[in-house]
Amino acid sequence: MDVAVIGAGVVGALIARELSRYELDVCLLEKADDVAMGTSKANSAIIHAGFDCQPGSVMAKMNVRGNAMMDQLTRELSVPFKRNGSMVLAFNEEDVRTLETLLDRGVKNGVPGVRIVSGDQAREMEPNISGDAVAALVAPSGGIICPYELTIAAAGNAMDNGVRLHTGFEVTDAEFSDGVWTLTSAAGDRVQANYIVNAAGLFSDQVAALMGDDGYHVFPRRGEYLLLDRDQGKMVSHTIFQCPSAMGKGILVTPTVDGNLLLGPTSENREDREDTATTAEGLATVARLASKSVPSVNLRAVITSFTGLRSCSSGHDFIIEPSKKRPQLVEITGIESPGLSSAPAIAEYAVSLLKEMGLALHAKADFNPIRRPIPRFREMNIEQRRALIEEDARFGQIICRCETVTEGEIVRALHQNPPAHDLDGVKRRTRTGMGRCNGGFCTPQAVEIIARELGIPIEQVTKCGGESRLLVGKTKEGGLDA
Amino acid sequence: MREISAEMERELVIIGGGPAGLAAAIAAAENGVAVDDILILEREPELGGILLQCIHSGFGLHRFGEELTGPEYAARYAKKVVEMGIPALLSTMVLTLHQMEDGRKEITAVSSAHGLIRIKARAVVLAMGCRERGRGALNIPGTRPAGIYTAGAAQKFVNIKGFMPGRQVVILGSGDIGLIMARRMTLEGAKVEVVAELMPYSGGLSRNIQQCLRDFNIPLLLSHTITQIHGKERVTGVTISQVDEKRRPIPGTEQYFDCDTVLLSCGLIPENELTRQAGIPLDPVTGGAVVGENRETEMPGVFAAGNVLHVHDLVDFVSAEAELAGAGAARWLAEGDSQELKLPVHPEGVIRYVVPQTVFLPAKEDVRLFFRVGQVVEKAAVLVENDGKVLYKGVRPKLLPGEMESVTIKAEALAEIESGQLTVRLEKR
Repeated sequence: MDVAVIGAGVVGALIARELSRYELDVCLLEKADDVAMGTSKANSAIIHAGFDCQPGSVMAKMNVRGNAMMDQLTRELSVPFKRNGSMVLAFNEEDVRTLETLLDRGVKNGVPGVRIVSGDQAREMEPNISGDAVAALVAPSGGIICPYELTIAAAGNAMDNGVRLHTGFEVTDAEFSDGVWTLTSAAGDRVQANYIVNAAGLFSDQVAALMGDDGYHVFPRRGEYLLLDRDQGKMVSHTIFQCPSAMGKGILVTPTVDGNLLLGPTSENREDREDTATTAEGLATVARLASKSVPSVNLRAVITSFTGLRSCSSGHDFIIEPSKKRPQLVEITGIESPGLSSAPAIAEYAVSLLKEMGLALHAKADFNPIRRPIPRFREMNIEQRRALIEEDARFGQIICRCETVTEGEIVRALHQNPPAHDLDGVKRRTRTGMGRCNGGFCTPQAVEIIARELGIPIEQVTKCGGESRLLVGKTKEGGLDA
Repeated sequence: MREISAEMERELVIIGGGPAGLAAAIAAAENGVAVDDILILEREPELGGILLQCIHSGFGLHRFGEELTGPEYAARYAKKVVEMGIPALLSTMVLTLHQMEDGRKEITAVSSAHGLIRIKARAVVLAMGCRERGRGALNIPGTRPAGIYTAGAAQKFVNIKGFMPGRQVVILGSGDIGLIMARRMTLEGAKVEVVAELMPYSGGLSRNIQQCLRDFNIPLLLSHTITQIHGKERVTGVTISQVDEKRRPIPGTEQYFDCDTVLLSCGLIPENELTRQAGIPLDPVTGGAVVGENRETEMPGVFAAGNVLHVHDLVDFVSAEAELAGAGAARWLAEGDSQELKLPVHPEGVIRYVVPQTVFLPAKEDVRLFFRVGQVVEKAAVLVENDGKVLYKGVRPKLLPGEMESVTIKAEALAEIESGQLTVRLEKR
């Protein structure tokens, strides 16, 4: 291999895609069963405008650049992206001073169109925000996106262009000799590569240490979220923030690209890097603070809750640099918010670092930046639907009724790059089971389709890999394989 | 059967081929709608709806005076539909419903067999049934492992697919499906550790508490809820806490239960996405459309019956209600709107809702009002009044939230009403 990228989150996947433009052998190593299983799976799903970052920081540069790259990138990858604009509410004089600081930073960072409006002007733009808001910062370049969808699409496009994805590859040993890195997985598989990019997110410091560089420390910051039914999705059109603090950008209320309403996150520094359990207190805090921004939000319309973990570094800035201790290794760590927004710029920058370190980049003649998406039946008009069913009758069979997902889409998700291996993988690619019934009706059918397409017994279908089997065995007289 | 084509016209389309849809279709045909002018649209590959997975007995005691299983009950209606020649499209999902400018309803539906079809119908019966409240809506804190199912999804796996969702089970909520599944999982060799119910009373039928829990020594903890789900990949246990009168967990009452499965039976929600899409007004308490005594919604020509209208305990009453809707649709197709006075029906006090929400006068027949109470009430009189005048009074020894009640108002009593509203209330004895 020329390059091995460790970690198939949004940063690793976009780096792999960036590298797939060139005549290189590239692999993407991921310890989980699927891409986007860490921080990229559960976050605020916002493309930040960039007014929050300290001017001159790596974060500021990457955020504003990444934001500007998003239109072309999402077009090429067929990932829904909407510049809905961001709005930060001020509730008192101190908040107003914070807005002024943010405005100043925004101007210095080169954020287009950022401005402060009065409370009434803000309410004219967003009638459902609190009457207590006295002013607001508006940044029209803020946007919304689905973070795992971007990751899946980037990894898929990279694979279409020759990148090899190894899921279930947890790097447990690394050795450098004769100018080549050898990475060994927990299962004993080996990969050799000239260059390594460490994009292991929450575990990037541990991976760096494995490779002999103990100069990094990541600490996880937990954030809990509530996702509301589509009937609340039009409550606001902008992403509504409260004034930021040292712990983050505060609780936001935002529509999602899929039409739901998202509230959150809380912000808590913790040691456990895998603790994604939600808590009663956390969810209550989200509900309380979100109501401060948008009092009429219907908290009974919650359809799910989740916890995400951001990977923070003590310097509160992104670290993207050649390892100071080990050769042919790029370290990417501390990618907290606005990591999603910055990811395309981080990828671009990481590849430029590899070039400076001696990696030869020859453009591939047949690189195809366009990804063929899984058709979205629910978004089609009558003629498009008819044409699709004509082509493949499985697109006429609705499996998930809440989200109008067809069998054809599920089949595609199980075969198209990067293929889903389990129920949650299908869910993230197609929205099967993501609606208001939480999969009550479609799970039995989806499990059957997964078993059939993967050629495995139904009892071996998992929710999310590992020991997460959905069924434990046959009934006394049942279990004829469907 | 008339040809199925991409663009069709029908007198009556019935959305849903479960017990409500089937009974409505039969009643419509028996009341004069030509069978070829009726079309049933069913999303599953078979007629019968959720009854097909309800393989336990206890259905049909009121209707047929005998105990049938769910599939047997469904088969009686499905067989009749087939014998009468009423056409049905199976594996067909309705996507949209809206009213056209000429008052007809346009329905789009999709299936593998026929692709995307569009039907213009004069009348529609909504019979889409209901769904279970899921984990997300319940907002239970904790991890998100495999092994959390609604009781109905577990029932489908066990009874239809022949697979076990788990071996050691905790059930949250004491709705009827949860109670039935407690027994079913036990019979299949699983251990049901406990049923936790948030409310101080069960949401299920008394007979199910006896036959599905007590007879199998499965404990029922009232005023308890799951406060934490444990397990990374598969459920490993739950924490259950007692709740106070405001349903808040009481610190210090936590109990841990080992389990690999959590079944949820915490209430049913009528599936009214299409109804809402069509702009038909809903009752916020029932979650179903606001209807008159023939189960006509506020959109002329659209009727609703069964669990899509309000959640029933017994299918026997679903069938009866659907017959009103089917016959009502037939009459509406023949005569249009013929009644003048619209009388709102108001529930008072502990009565949560009454269906129908309106009664149209002059009444052609006796009108039966169905209602539910919001708490357990011992010995009380049910009163139905109009302007202080009592139209009905009857004593009930006990009223339970889990059991639907009804009263019948005589057509003669209704004939004397000139204005106002009907109120339904309880008088403590």
